[in-house]
Amino acid sequence: MAEVLLQMDGISKSFPGVKANDKVSFQINSGEIHALLGENGAGKSTLVKMIYGLMQPDSGSMKLGSENFRPSEPSKARQSGIAMVFQHFSLFDALNVAENIALGMENPPKMSDLSEKIETVSKSYGLPLDPKRLVGQLSAGERQRVEIIRCLLQNPKLLIMDEPTSVLTPNEVKTLFETLLRLKEEGKSILYISHKLEEIREICDFATILRNGEKVGSCIPRDTSAKQIGEMMVGKSFSSPSRKTRVFGEELLKVSNLSIRTKDFFGTSLSDINFSVRVGEIFGIGGVAGNGQDELLSALSGEEKTSPSTIKIFNQPIGKLAPDERRAIGMRAAPEERLGHAAAPAMTLIENTLITSHSEDVIDQWGIIKFDNVKEKTRNIVSEFDVRTPTLDNAAASLSGGNLQKFVIGREILQRPRVFVVNQPTWGVDAAAAAFIRQSILNLASNDSAVVVISQDLDELFEICDTFSVLTNGRMSKSHDIRSLSSEDVGLLMGGSDLDLKNRDKA
Amino acid sequence: MFGLLLGDFSSAFGAIKLIFWDPLFDENFASYARPQLLVKAGPIILIAIGLSIGFKAGIWNIGAEGQYILGAIFGASVALSLYPQESILIFPAMILAGALGGFIWALIPALLKVYFKTNEILVSLMLVYVAENILASVSQGLLRNPEGMGLPGSRNLKDYPSAHNSEILVNSGMHWGVLTAFLAVILAYFLFLKHQKGYEIRIAGEAPKAAYFAGINPSKTIIFCMGMSGLLAGMAGLFEVAGPSGQITMSFNSGYGFTAIIVAFLGRLNPLGILLAGLLMALTYIGGEIAQLMLGLPGASIQLLQGMLLFFLLATDIFTNYRFKSKGS
Repeated sequence: MAEVLLQMDGISKSFPGVKANDKVSFQINSGEIHALLGENGAGKSTLVKMIYGLMQPDSGSMKLGSENFRPSEPSKARQSGIAMVFQHFSLFDALNVAENIALGMENPPKMSDLSEKIETVSKSYGLPLDPKRLVGQLSAGERQRVEIIRCLLQNPKLLIMDEPTSVLTPNEVKTLFETLLRLKEEGKSILYISHKLEEIREICDFATILRNGEKVGSCIPRDTSAKQIGEMMVGKSFSSPSRKTRVFGEELLKVSNLSIRTKDFFGTSLSDINFSVRVGEIFGIGGVAGNGQDELLSALSGEEKTSPSTIKIFNQPIGKLAPDERRAIGMRAAPEERLGHAAAPAMTLIENTLITSHSEDVIDQWGIIKFDNVKEKTRNIVSEFDVRTPTLDNAAASLSGGNLQKFVIGREILQRPRVFVVNQPTWGVDAAAAAFIRQSILNLASNDSAVVVISQDLDELFEICDTFSVLTNGRMSKSHDIRSLSSEDVGLLMGGSDLDLKNRDKA
Repeated sequence: MFGLLLGDFSSAFGAIKLIFWDPLFDENFASYARPQLLVKAGPIILIAIGLSIGFKAGIWNIGAEGQYILGAIFGASVALSLYPQESILIFPAMILAGALGGFIWALIPALLKVYFKTNEILVSLMLVYVAENILASVSQGLLRNPEGMGLPGSRNLKDYPSAHNSEILVNSGMHWGVLTAFLAVILAYFLFLKHQKGYEIRIAGEAPKAAYFAGINPSKTIIFCMGMSGLLAGMAGLFEVAGPSGQITMSFNSGYGFTAIIVAFLGRLNPLGILLAGLLMALTYIGGEIAQLMLGLPGASIQLLQGMLLFFLLATDIFTNYRFKSKGS
């Protein structure tokens, strides 16, 4: 058991202006699930990329077993028995499972043999998957299984998983953990990267914690509280969002009979969505991404237009209004995809501020942009929301995911919208930043706004929302007071059954 | 140029000197070639500025040559229908008509794209050949000079003072079209630096989804970009027919609309860059003519040089953004 599989010794890596890793040392034993923890930008990805051969360390050494290890490219790392499941899947929607797996292999066998192999592996590890199904029709959890099976077919010694549970339902997480434990029993090691401290305490044997590129500690997660681990990560104590009891006012946003046929081949059509949000209320919509979340957000943001009366603000029909017209009456949205949708990657932060600013203080009647004012606004967002960037002229793409998310959320919240709709507000954001974003959503609601939070993170929804419903397959469940729901109830709702709850409460 | 390929450096240097140096500084050629520089650069720059507006938004108007022809026909028609009356209003009316002609011709691919999702590259390109046929038709029919003894071609506008696009400074090559081109450079520079419309165009090209999220209507962007590029190309055509060329003939167009595509990219879609690239490209035209004369090079060789300029520029982009990798990773 105590046999060392991978030994990292004094690994350093610098980029212009940043020290991503500074003399990091730790070891992974065989048959161990090893957690790698840290905030966004703490250097986790850089470290993992060096193990997987995507980058090479400036100094320091790695040992795999008893041999020196310094992969110059991913294929070398794979040959040495290292496999990785990325946070963002690299799969082709239009190909089936077996074809996708064959594409990622060095020497793919015949398709029929491969299908057989896939079925054997998927059975023995409890990962049900049909090799002939199109990837475009799979849920996020099933897509992840494709990636995991692709890795397992190479019979790896070390499996690296980057944020594996961020897209999974509670049940899928359970299945994944069973698989990971089975791999561990076989003596394989797993390097597990996550923000979710509870999960790490549940499944990991050992944790290494990084902050600002340095290793700041290690612990046995089972014997350490989530709060202690969290404080090691950020180097200070942070408070979880505090919710004051709010009194709900009149009905502010009302969505009735909203149906949209999707134009995207792999999209989800919305059918007959009804809900309303009152002044001061935070309305949570749970469910796994790809069940109509993006479509619902674009209907609310105005990117997808509907018949006027399906969406009303204070009884004023707005279904036909364009995104900028909705902003003018105080309705704002923040989509899930940060780069390319909420922000233009190659443009500066100042120019990105302008995406959702149309008022007279930034553009005069001749259409001349008042860049001084836009700059001031940007500076305000950056300071109020603690966006870490060298200058305001940095391109959006140069920011880390968490920082860009703070920028996008801050850009909308600082405009004090009456109605705010946000999709996955803290996806891929570290604990401290997530707590901050959630707190600012709570503050916005207590300032007499109505907020809709679409998220697949159930803990998040339970932390900040007042009302809860689930979006499955383009249909929305009835809404319920979140305090009246148990986790079994949520499971039932996510499974698409409304019936059992209907008799119990009529929220 | 060809000497270089053969490894003969002295003759290569001679050819390069002949194309890029002699037109401006050799006393045998300079007096003719210097004014020609502005005459050739004017329309190319004017068209390229228009094209760059669309290119920045990811809208590919390849048919500026056709819009240039239509601008010339529209503008010349106004003058020819009013001949021989004299009025100070005739030239401004011609400019408006020229702009309108190019605008309408560019609006065809724009509207087809908006309403039927056709590809503007193909439609605008094919409309060039339609325009060339219209040009051939009117120079033999509608606009033919009644006193031209039956030969194809219109009256020469150089002999019609109210319609003539004359040089502002004698022997400088500086006519109203060149002035308009310089003005377009300044306005485009300002558009992208400070104006909301320029910002909208840039974001539509950079991140179409973000532009849509911002509330920018893609159809309006398509119509604005195609319309503006057509308008400027049409004006270039008018200034050419009323000035250096003088008349509508079957061979009126000389490829400025296509050269402008190269110039727009050579100038990195930046208005100031386009100004410099346009002057450089005009130099290759004039130098090329001299080289044809002195060295007996075929006419196509200068097009080859221009093509190579674009080719190597695009290759530079590929090599700065990507790198070679051996197979197997």
